[in-house]
Amino acid sequence: MIDITKLHAGDVIYLDEIVYTARDQAHARLASLLDEGKELPVDFSNSFIYYAGPTPTMPNGRIGSIGPTTSSRMDKFIEYMPALKIKGMIGKGPRDEHVRECCKKYGIVYLVATGGAGALLAKRIKSVQEVAFQDLGCEAIRKLEVEHFPVIVAYDIYGNSVFEK
Amino acid sequence: MKEIQFEQIKEAVSNGLHKACCSLSCSVLNKIKEARSLETSPLAEATFDQIIENAEIANEESLPMCQDTGIITCFVEIGYDVHLNCDLYESINEGVRDAYDRYYFRKSVANPLSRINTKDNTPAIVHVKMVSGDKLKIMLVPKGAGSENMSKLKMLNPTDGKKGIVDFVVSAVKEADGRPCPPIYLGIGIGGNFETAPKMAKEALARTSRSEDKEIAELEELILKEVNKTGIGPMGLGGKTTCLDVFINTYPCHIASMPVAVNIQCHANRHVEVVL
Repeated sequence: MIDITKLHAGDVIYLDEIVYTARDQAHARLASLLDEGKELPVDFSNSFIYYAGPTPTMPNGRIGSIGPTTSSRMDKFIEYMPALKIKGMIGKGPRDEHVRECCKKYGIVYLVATGGAGALLAKRIKSVQEVAFQDLGCEAIRKLEVEHFPVIVAYDIYGNSVFEK
Repeated sequence: MKEIQFEQIKEAVSNGLHKACCSLSCSVLNKIKEARSLETSPLAEATFDQIIENAEIANEESLPMCQDTGIITCFVEIGYDVHLNCDLYESINEGVRDAYDRYYFRKSVANPLSRINTKDNTPAIVHVKMVSGDKLKIMLVPKGAGSENMSKLKMLNPTDGKKGIVDFVVSAVKEADGRPCPPIYLGIGIGGNFETAPKMAKEALARTSRSEDKEIAELEELILKEVNKTGIGPMGLGGKTTCLDVFINTYPCHIASMPVAVNIQCHANRHVEVVL
Protein backbone atom coordinates (compact mmCIF):
# COMPACT_ATOMS: atom_id res chain seq x y z
CA MET A 1 0.00 0.00 0.00
CA ILE A 2 1.36 3.33 -1.05
CA ASP A 3 1.91 6.31 1.28
CA ILE A 4 0.67 9.26 -0.78
CA THR A 5 2.47 11.78 1.45
CA LYS A 6 5.72 10.49 -0.06
CA LEU A 7 4.63 11.09 -3.67
CA HIS A 8 5.79 14.07 -5.71
CA ALA A 9 4.72 15.29 -9.13
CA GLY A 10 6.82 13.58 -11.79
CA ASP A 11 7.51 10.39 -9.81
CA VAL A 12 7.18 7.17 -11.80
CA ILE A 13 5.57 4.60 -9.53
CA TYR A 14 4.05 1.13 -9.72
CA LEU A 15 0.82 0.57 -7.83
CA ASP A 16 -0.19 -2.52 -5.88
CA GLU A 17 -3.58 -1.28 -4.74
CA ILE A 18 -7.34 -1.62 -4.81
CA VAL A 19 -8.67 0.48 -7.65
CA TYR A 20 -12.31 1.13 -8.60
CA THR A 21 -13.21 1.99 -12.18
CA ALA A 22 -15.66 4.88 -12.51
CA ARG A 23 -16.14 7.29 -15.37
CA ASP A 24 -18.75 9.79 -16.57
CA GLN A 25 -22.06 8.08 -15.81
CA ALA A 26 -20.87 6.41 -12.59
CA HIS A 27 -19.66 9.77 -11.29
CA ALA A 28 -22.99 11.37 -12.14
CA ARG A 29 -24.80 8.66 -10.15
CA LEU A 30 -22.43 8.86 -7.17
CA ALA A 31 -22.89 12.64 -7.10
CA SER A 32 -26.69 12.25 -7.11
CA LEU A 33 -26.57 9.74 -4.26
CA LEU A 34 -24.37 12.07 -2.21
CA ASP A 35 -26.65 15.06 -2.98
CA GLU A 36 -29.65 13.08 -1.79
CA GLY A 37 -27.80 11.92 1.33
CA LYS A 38 -28.15 8.28 0.31
CA GLU A 39 -25.74 5.44 0.96
CA LEU A 40 -23.10 4.71 -1.66
CA PRO A 41 -23.01 1.21 -3.20
CA VAL A 42 -19.26 0.91 -2.61
CA ASP A 43 -16.87 1.75 0.22
CA PHE A 44 -14.08 3.59 -1.59
CA SER A 45 -11.99 4.23 1.56
CA ASN A 46 -8.24 4.19 0.95
CA SER A 47 -8.61 3.11 -2.65
CA PHE A 48 -8.09 4.83 -6.00
CA ILE A 49 -10.65 5.75 -8.62
CA TYR A 50 -9.61 4.82 -12.15
CA TYR A 51 -11.29 6.69 -15.02
CA ALA A 52 -11.65 3.68 -17.29
CA GLY A 53 -14.16 1.52 -19.12
CA PRO A 54 -12.69 -1.76 -20.39
CA THR A 55 -13.43 -3.72 -23.54
CA PRO A 56 -15.43 -6.89 -22.82
CA THR A 57 -13.52 -9.78 -21.29
CA MET A 58 -12.60 -12.53 -23.74
CA PRO A 59 -13.32 -16.17 -22.82
CA ASN A 60 -10.61 -17.34 -20.39
CA GLY A 61 -9.45 -13.73 -19.99
CA ARG A 62 -9.35 -11.68 -16.80
CA ILE A 63 -10.30 -8.34 -18.30
CA GLY A 64 -10.26 -6.63 -21.69
CA SER A 65 -8.14 -3.69 -22.77
CA ILE A 66 -8.27 -1.05 -20.03
CA GLY A 67 -6.39 2.21 -20.41
CA PRO A 68 -7.35 5.56 -18.86
CA THR A 69 -9.94 7.94 -20.31
CA THR A 70 -9.62 11.74 -20.34
CA SER A 71 -9.76 12.94 -16.73
CA SER A 72 -10.90 16.51 -17.35
CA ARG A 73 -14.46 15.29 -18.03
CA MET A 74 -14.60 14.32 -14.34
CA ASP A 75 -13.30 17.71 -13.09
CA LYS A 76 -16.85 18.82 -12.31
CA PHE A 77 -17.14 16.05 -9.68
CA ILE A 78 -13.94 16.90 -7.77
CA GLU A 79 -15.77 18.35 -4.75
CA TYR A 80 -17.45 14.97 -4.19
CA MET A 81 -14.13 13.12 -3.88
CA PRO A 82 -13.37 13.86 -0.19
CA ALA A 83 -16.65 12.15 0.75
CA LEU A 84 -15.37 8.96 -0.89
CA LYS A 85 -12.23 8.99 1.29
CA ILE A 86 -10.09 7.93 -1.66
CA LYS A 87 -6.31 8.21 -1.83
CA GLY A 88 -6.39 9.40 -5.39
CA MET A 89 -7.60 9.34 -8.96
CA ILE A 90 -6.02 7.75 -12.03
CA GLY A 91 -6.63 9.01 -15.55
CA LYS A 92 -4.91 10.81 -18.36
CA GLY A 93 -4.17 14.41 -19.28
CA PRO A 94 -4.11 17.74 -17.49
CA ARG A 95 -7.10 18.99 -15.50
CA ASP A 96 -8.60 22.24 -14.35
CA GLU A 97 -6.45 24.34 -12.00
CA HIS A 98 -9.19 23.88 -9.40
CA VAL A 99 -8.51 20.13 -9.33
CA ARG A 100 -4.87 20.72 -8.54
CA GLU A 101 -5.89 23.03 -5.69
CA CYS A 102 -8.35 20.42 -4.41
CA CYS A 103 -5.65 17.74 -4.43
CA LYS A 104 -3.66 19.91 -2.04
CA LYS A 105 -6.64 20.99 0.03
CA TYR A 106 -8.09 17.50 0.47
CA GLY A 107 -4.85 15.49 0.48
CA ILE A 108 -5.55 13.35 -2.57
CA VAL A 109 -3.28 12.63 -5.52
CA TYR A 110 -3.93 12.58 -9.25
CA LEU A 111 -1.97 9.94 -11.15
CA VAL A 112 -1.73 9.43 -14.91
CA ALA A 113 -1.36 6.23 -16.89
CA THR A 114 -0.46 6.04 -20.57
CA GLY A 115 -3.49 6.67 -22.77
CA GLY A 116 -3.85 4.10 -25.52
CA ALA A 117 -1.88 1.46 -23.59
CA GLY A 118 -4.97 -0.54 -22.67
CA ALA A 119 -3.55 -3.93 -23.64
CA LEU A 120 -0.40 -3.41 -21.58
CA LEU A 121 -2.30 -2.10 -18.54
CA ALA A 122 -4.71 -5.06 -18.65
CA LYS A 123 -1.73 -7.32 -17.91
CA ARG A 124 -1.23 -5.58 -14.56
CA ILE A 125 -4.66 -6.43 -13.20
CA LYS A 126 -4.82 -9.40 -10.83
CA SER A 127 -8.54 -9.60 -10.16
CA VAL A 128 -11.78 -8.01 -11.30
CA GLN A 129 -15.17 -7.83 -9.66
CA GLU A 130 -18.20 -5.89 -10.88
CA VAL A 131 -19.52 -4.15 -7.79
CA ALA A 132 -22.07 -1.50 -8.78
CA PHE A 133 -24.15 0.04 -11.57
CA GLN A 134 -23.91 -3.13 -13.72
CA ASP A 135 -26.52 -1.66 -16.07
CA LEU A 136 -23.90 0.84 -17.22
CA GLY A 137 -21.98 -1.92 -19.00
CA CYS A 138 -18.41 -0.79 -19.63
CA GLU A 139 -19.10 2.19 -17.37
CA ALA A 140 -20.05 0.01 -14.38
CA ILE A 141 -17.97 0.27 -11.22
CA ARG A 142 -15.43 -2.57 -11.09
CA LYS A 143 -13.15 -3.41 -8.20
CA LEU A 144 -9.67 -4.15 -9.49
CA GLU A 145 -6.65 -5.46 -7.69
CA VAL A 146 -3.70 -4.02 -9.60
CA GLU A 147 -0.13 -5.23 -9.45
CA HIS A 148 2.92 -3.29 -10.62
CA PHE A 149 0.56 -0.89 -12.40
CA PRO A 150 2.68 1.87 -14.02
CA VAL A 151 1.60 5.47 -13.33
CA ILE A 152 3.15 8.90 -13.04
CA VAL A 153 2.28 11.32 -10.24
CA ALA A 154 0.59 14.26 -11.99
CA TYR A 155 -0.68 16.32 -9.01
CA ASP A 156 0.74 15.65 -5.57
CA ILE A 157 -0.72 16.74 -2.23
CA TYR A 158 1.72 19.67 -2.08
CA GLY A 159 0.22 21.60 -5.00
CA ASN A 160 2.74 20.54 -7.64
CA SER A 161 1.88 19.45 -11.17
CA VAL A 162 3.83 17.39 -13.69
CA PHE A 163 2.20 19.37 -16.50
CA GLU A 164 3.88 22.68 -15.66
CA LYS A 165 6.17 23.44 -18.54
CA MET B 1 -20.53 -4.05 -64.16
CA LYS B 2 -19.21 -5.64 -60.97
CA GLU B 3 -21.74 -7.20 -58.60
CA ILE B 4 -21.04 -6.87 -54.88
CA GLN B 5 -22.98 -8.78 -52.23
CA PHE B 6 -24.01 -8.02 -48.66
CA GLU B 7 -21.75 -10.72 -47.17
CA GLN B 8 -18.66 -9.42 -48.98
CA ILE B 9 -19.07 -5.96 -47.50
CA LYS B 10 -19.91 -7.30 -44.06
CA GLU B 11 -16.83 -9.57 -43.97
CA ALA B 12 -14.50 -6.87 -45.31
CA VAL B 13 -15.72 -4.35 -42.71
CA SER B 14 -15.48 -6.83 -39.84
CA ASN B 15 -11.97 -8.02 -40.76
CA GLY B 16 -10.80 -4.47 -41.45
CA LEU B 17 -11.98 -3.27 -38.04
CA HIS B 18 -10.14 -6.10 -36.32
CA LYS B 19 -6.94 -5.06 -38.03
CA ALA B 20 -7.50 -1.37 -37.28
CA CYS B 21 -8.15 -1.89 -33.56
CA CYS B 22 -5.60 -4.62 -32.78
CA SER B 23 -2.61 -3.85 -35.03
CA LEU B 24 -0.71 -0.59 -35.09
CA SER B 25 0.04 0.29 -38.71
CA CYS B 26 3.68 0.16 -39.86
CA SER B 27 3.72 3.83 -40.83
CA VAL B 28 2.52 4.87 -37.36
CA LEU B 29 4.89 2.48 -35.57
CA ASN B 30 7.85 3.81 -37.55
CA LYS B 31 6.93 7.40 -36.68
CA ILE B 32 6.63 6.49 -33.01
CA LYS B 33 9.99 4.72 -32.96
CA GLU B 34 11.63 7.67 -34.69
CA ALA B 35 10.06 10.09 -32.18
CA ARG B 36 11.20 7.85 -29.30
CA SER B 37 14.80 8.12 -30.48
CA LEU B 38 14.66 11.93 -30.32
CA GLU B 39 13.43 12.18 -26.72
CA THR B 40 15.72 12.82 -23.78
CA SER B 41 13.17 13.20 -20.96
CA PRO B 42 12.66 10.00 -18.94
CA LEU B 43 8.87 10.51 -18.79
CA ALA B 44 8.62 10.92 -22.58
CA GLU B 45 10.85 7.90 -23.13
CA ALA B 46 8.83 5.76 -20.71
CA THR B 47 5.58 6.79 -22.41
CA PHE B 48 6.88 5.91 -25.88
CA ASP B 49 8.19 2.58 -24.59
CA GLN B 50 4.76 1.73 -23.19
CA ILE B 51 3.06 2.66 -26.47
CA ILE B 52 5.44 0.36 -28.38
CA GLU B 53 5.11 -2.52 -25.90
CA ASN B 54 1.33 -2.09 -25.90
CA ALA B 55 1.23 -2.47 -29.68
CA GLU B 56 3.22 -5.71 -29.42
CA ILE B 57 0.90 -7.16 -26.76
CA ALA B 58 -2.24 -6.15 -28.68
CA ASN B 59 -0.97 -7.66 -31.90
CA GLU B 60 0.14 -10.94 -30.31
CA GLU B 61 -3.01 -11.43 -28.28
CA SER B 62 -5.57 -9.96 -30.69
CA LEU B 63 -6.51 -7.56 -27.89
CA PRO B 64 -7.64 -4.02 -28.78
CA MET B 65 -4.71 -1.59 -28.40
CA CYS B 66 -7.05 0.84 -26.67
CA GLN B 67 -10.21 0.23 -24.66
CA ASP B 68 -11.88 2.98 -26.68
CA THR B 69 -12.58 1.08 -29.87
CA GLY B 70 -14.41 4.15 -31.08
CA ILE B 71 -17.37 5.08 -33.18
CA ILE B 72 -16.96 4.09 -36.83
CA THR B 73 -16.63 6.53 -39.69
CA CYS B 74 -16.47 5.08 -43.23
CA PHE B 75 -15.26 7.00 -46.26
CA VAL B 76 -16.73 5.00 -49.13
CA GLU B 77 -15.78 5.31 -52.79
CA ILE B 78 -18.14 3.54 -55.18
CA GLY B 79 -17.11 3.04 -58.78
CA TYR B 80 -19.78 3.91 -61.37
CA ASP B 81 -19.34 0.35 -62.73
CA VAL B 82 -20.27 -1.27 -59.41
CA HIS B 83 -23.71 -2.68 -58.74
CA LEU B 84 -24.56 -3.29 -55.09
CA ASN B 85 -26.92 -6.20 -54.52
CA CYS B 86 -27.65 -4.91 -51.02
CA ASP B 87 -28.15 -1.86 -48.88
CA LEU B 88 -24.72 -0.28 -48.42
CA TYR B 89 -25.46 1.18 -44.99
CA GLU B 90 -27.00 -2.01 -43.63
CA SER B 91 -24.13 -4.19 -44.87
CA ILE B 92 -21.57 -1.85 -43.29
CA ASN B 93 -23.52 -1.80 -40.02
CA GLU B 94 -23.72 -5.59 -40.04
CA GLY B 95 -19.92 -5.70 -40.42
CA VAL B 96 -19.60 -3.36 -37.44
CA ARG B 97 -21.98 -5.51 -35.36
CA ASP B 98 -20.03 -8.63 -36.28
CA ALA B 99 -16.63 -7.15 -35.40
CA TYR B 100 -17.72 -5.69 -32.05
CA ASP B 101 -19.18 -9.03 -30.94
CA ARG B 102 -16.61 -11.37 -32.46
CA TYR B 103 -13.53 -9.48 -31.31
CA TYR B 104 -14.81 -8.27 -27.92
CA PHE B 105 -14.59 -4.57 -28.76
CA ARG B 106 -16.20 -2.00 -26.51
CA LYS B 107 -19.58 -0.80 -27.72
CA SER B 108 -19.32 2.93 -27.24
CA VAL B 109 -22.28 4.36 -29.16
CA ALA B 110 -25.23 5.83 -27.28
CA ASN B 111 -28.32 7.99 -27.75
CA PRO B 112 -27.04 11.56 -27.32
CA LEU B 113 -29.62 12.55 -24.70
CA SER B 114 -30.79 9.42 -22.88
CA ARG B 115 -27.23 8.00 -23.10
CA ILE B 116 -28.77 4.57 -23.65
CA ASN B 117 -26.23 2.41 -25.51
CA THR B 118 -27.20 1.08 -28.95
CA LYS B 119 -25.48 -2.15 -27.78
CA ASP B 120 -23.85 -3.04 -31.12
CA ASN B 121 -21.71 0.06 -31.85
CA THR B 122 -23.95 1.02 -34.78
CA PRO B 123 -24.84 3.14 -36.60
CA ALA B 124 -21.61 3.82 -38.44
CA ILE B 125 -21.19 7.29 -39.94
CA VAL B 126 -20.94 6.74 -43.69
CA HIS B 127 -19.75 9.25 -46.30
CA VAL B 128 -20.16 8.19 -49.94
CA LYS B 129 -18.33 9.46 -53.00
CA MET B 130 -18.95 8.25 -56.57
CA VAL B 131 -15.77 7.68 -58.62
CA SER B 132 -14.86 6.10 -61.94
CA GLY B 133 -14.03 2.37 -62.14
CA ASP B 134 -15.47 -0.89 -60.81
CA LYS B 135 -14.19 -0.95 -57.23
CA LEU B 136 -15.79 -0.39 -53.85
CA LYS B 137 -13.31 1.12 -51.39
CA ILE B 138 -14.08 1.66 -47.73
CA MET B 139 -11.72 3.57 -45.47
CA LEU B 140 -12.59 2.37 -41.95
CA VAL B 141 -11.93 4.84 -39.15
CA PRO B 142 -12.64 3.67 -35.58
CA LYS B 143 -12.04 6.91 -33.67
CA GLY B 144 -12.08 7.38 -29.93
CA ALA B 145 -13.68 10.34 -28.18
CA GLY B 146 -10.59 11.52 -26.31
CA SER B 147 -9.11 13.10 -29.40
CA GLU B 148 -12.39 13.79 -31.19
CA ASN B 149 -13.61 15.93 -28.27
CA MET B 150 -10.64 18.26 -28.70
CA SER B 151 -11.30 18.92 -32.40
CA LYS B 152 -12.39 22.35 -33.59
CA LEU B 153 -14.00 24.29 -36.44
CA LYS B 154 -13.57 28.02 -36.96
CA MET B 155 -14.92 30.27 -39.67
CA LEU B 156 -11.91 32.50 -40.32
CA ASN B 157 -11.93 35.69 -42.36
CA PRO B 158 -10.73 35.42 -45.96
CA THR B 159 -7.94 37.88 -45.20
CA ASP B 160 -6.63 35.97 -42.16
CA GLY B 161 -4.29 34.05 -44.47
CA LYS B 162 -1.86 31.31 -43.57
CA LYS B 163 -0.95 33.01 -40.30
CA GLY B 164 -4.58 32.87 -39.21
CA ILE B 165 -4.72 29.17 -40.02
CA VAL B 166 -1.49 28.33 -38.20
CA ASP B 167 -2.49 30.38 -35.13
CA PHE B 168 -5.89 28.68 -34.96
CA VAL B 169 -4.43 25.16 -35.24
CA VAL B 170 -1.68 25.81 -32.69
CA SER B 171 -4.19 27.30 -30.23
CA ALA B 172 -6.45 24.24 -30.64
CA VAL B 173 -3.50 21.94 -29.90
CA LYS B 174 -2.46 24.01 -26.87
CA GLU B 175 -5.98 23.96 -25.51
CA ALA B 176 -6.17 20.18 -26.00
CA ASP B 177 -2.77 19.80 -24.29
CA GLY B 178 -2.24 16.23 -23.03
CA ARG B 179 -5.92 15.23 -23.26
CA PRO B 180 -6.15 13.72 -26.78
CA CYS B 181 -3.33 11.19 -26.18
CA PRO B 182 -0.40 12.96 -27.85
CA PRO B 183 1.76 12.55 -29.83
CA ILE B 184 -1.14 13.41 -32.08
CA TYR B 185 -1.83 13.45 -35.77
CA LEU B 186 -3.61 16.51 -37.20
CA GLY B 187 -6.12 16.36 -40.03
CA ILE B 188 -6.96 19.83 -41.30
CA GLY B 189 -9.70 20.86 -43.70
CA ILE B 190 -9.45 24.32 -45.25
CA GLY B 191 -12.22 25.79 -47.37
CA GLY B 192 -15.55 24.44 -48.50
CA ASN B 193 -18.22 25.44 -46.00
CA PHE B 194 -19.52 24.75 -42.49
CA GLU B 195 -19.91 20.98 -42.97
CA THR B 196 -17.22 20.32 -45.57
CA ALA B 197 -14.18 21.50 -43.64
CA PRO B 198 -14.52 19.02 -40.71
CA LYS B 199 -15.20 16.16 -43.11
CA MET B 200 -12.08 17.02 -45.10
CA ALA B 201 -10.12 17.23 -41.85
CA LYS B 202 -11.14 13.71 -40.89
CA GLU B 203 -10.53 12.36 -44.36
CA ALA B 204 -7.04 13.93 -44.42
CA LEU B 205 -6.05 11.79 -41.41
CA ALA B 206 -6.15 8.70 -43.63
CA ARG B 207 -3.30 10.02 -45.74
CA THR B 208 0.27 8.82 -45.22
CA SER B 209 2.26 11.22 -47.40
CA ARG B 210 2.71 14.95 -48.03
CA SER B 211 0.26 16.86 -50.18
CA GLU B 212 1.13 16.92 -53.88
CA ASP B 213 0.33 20.65 -53.88
CA LYS B 214 3.61 22.37 -52.99
CA GLU B 215 1.98 25.26 -51.13
CA ILE B 216 -0.13 22.89 -49.03
CA ALA B 217 2.84 20.60 -48.40
CA GLU B 218 4.80 23.58 -47.06
CA LEU B 219 1.90 24.55 -44.82
CA GLU B 220 1.76 20.97 -43.47
CA GLU B 221 5.49 21.16 -42.64
CA LEU B 222 5.11 24.60 -41.06
CA ILE B 223 2.22 23.54 -38.81
CA LEU B 224 4.09 20.37 -37.79
CA LYS B 225 7.09 22.47 -36.76
CA GLU B 226 5.01 25.06 -34.89
CA VAL B 227 2.99 22.44 -33.02
CA ASN B 228 6.13 20.61 -31.95
CA LYS B 229 7.48 23.87 -30.51
CA THR B 230 4.73 23.76 -27.86
CA GLY B 231 6.66 21.13 -25.89
CA ILE B 232 3.42 19.38 -24.87
CA GLY B 233 5.05 16.02 -25.62
CA PRO B 234 3.72 12.48 -25.25
CA MET B 235 0.64 12.43 -22.99
CA GLY B 236 1.29 16.09 -22.14
CA LEU B 237 4.27 15.16 -19.98
CA GLY B 238 6.66 17.37 -21.95
CA GLY B 239 8.89 16.39 -24.85
CA LYS B 240 10.09 17.08 -28.34
CA THR B 241 7.28 15.35 -30.22
CA THR B 242 3.73 16.61 -29.72
CA CYS B 243 2.63 15.82 -33.27
CA LEU B 244 3.69 12.96 -35.53
CA ASP B 245 2.30 14.38 -38.77
CA VAL B 246 -0.05 16.93 -40.33
CA PHE B 247 -2.28 16.39 -43.38
CA ILE B 248 -4.29 19.15 -45.03
CA ASN B 249 -7.11 18.79 -47.55
CA THR B 250 -8.62 21.84 -49.26
CA TYR B 251 -11.67 22.82 -51.29
CA PRO B 252 -12.68 26.14 -52.86
CA CYS B 253 -14.85 28.35 -50.68
CA HIS B 254 -17.00 31.51 -50.80
CA ILE B 255 -15.14 34.81 -51.27
CA ALA B 256 -16.40 35.94 -47.86
CA SER B 257 -15.29 32.94 -45.81
CA MET B 258 -12.43 30.62 -44.91
CA PRO B 259 -13.64 27.65 -42.85
CA VAL B 260 -10.84 25.80 -41.08
CA ALA B 261 -11.37 22.54 -39.20
CA VAL B 262 -8.81 20.65 -37.20
CA ASN B 263 -9.49 17.02 -36.38
CA ILE B 264 -7.18 15.89 -33.62
CA GLN B 265 -6.20 12.23 -33.70
CA CYS B 266 -4.48 10.14 -31.01
CA HIS B 267 -1.11 8.45 -31.54
CA ALA B 268 -2.61 5.17 -32.81
CA ASN B 269 -4.20 6.82 -35.89
CA ARG B 270 -6.35 3.75 -36.66
CA HIS B 271 -7.22 3.56 -40.35
CA VAL B 272 -7.71 0.52 -42.57
CA GLU B 273 -8.85 0.58 -46.18
CA VAL B 274 -10.67 -2.40 -47.66
CA VAL B 275 -11.17 -2.79 -51.39
CA LEU B 276 -13.72 -5.02 -53.15
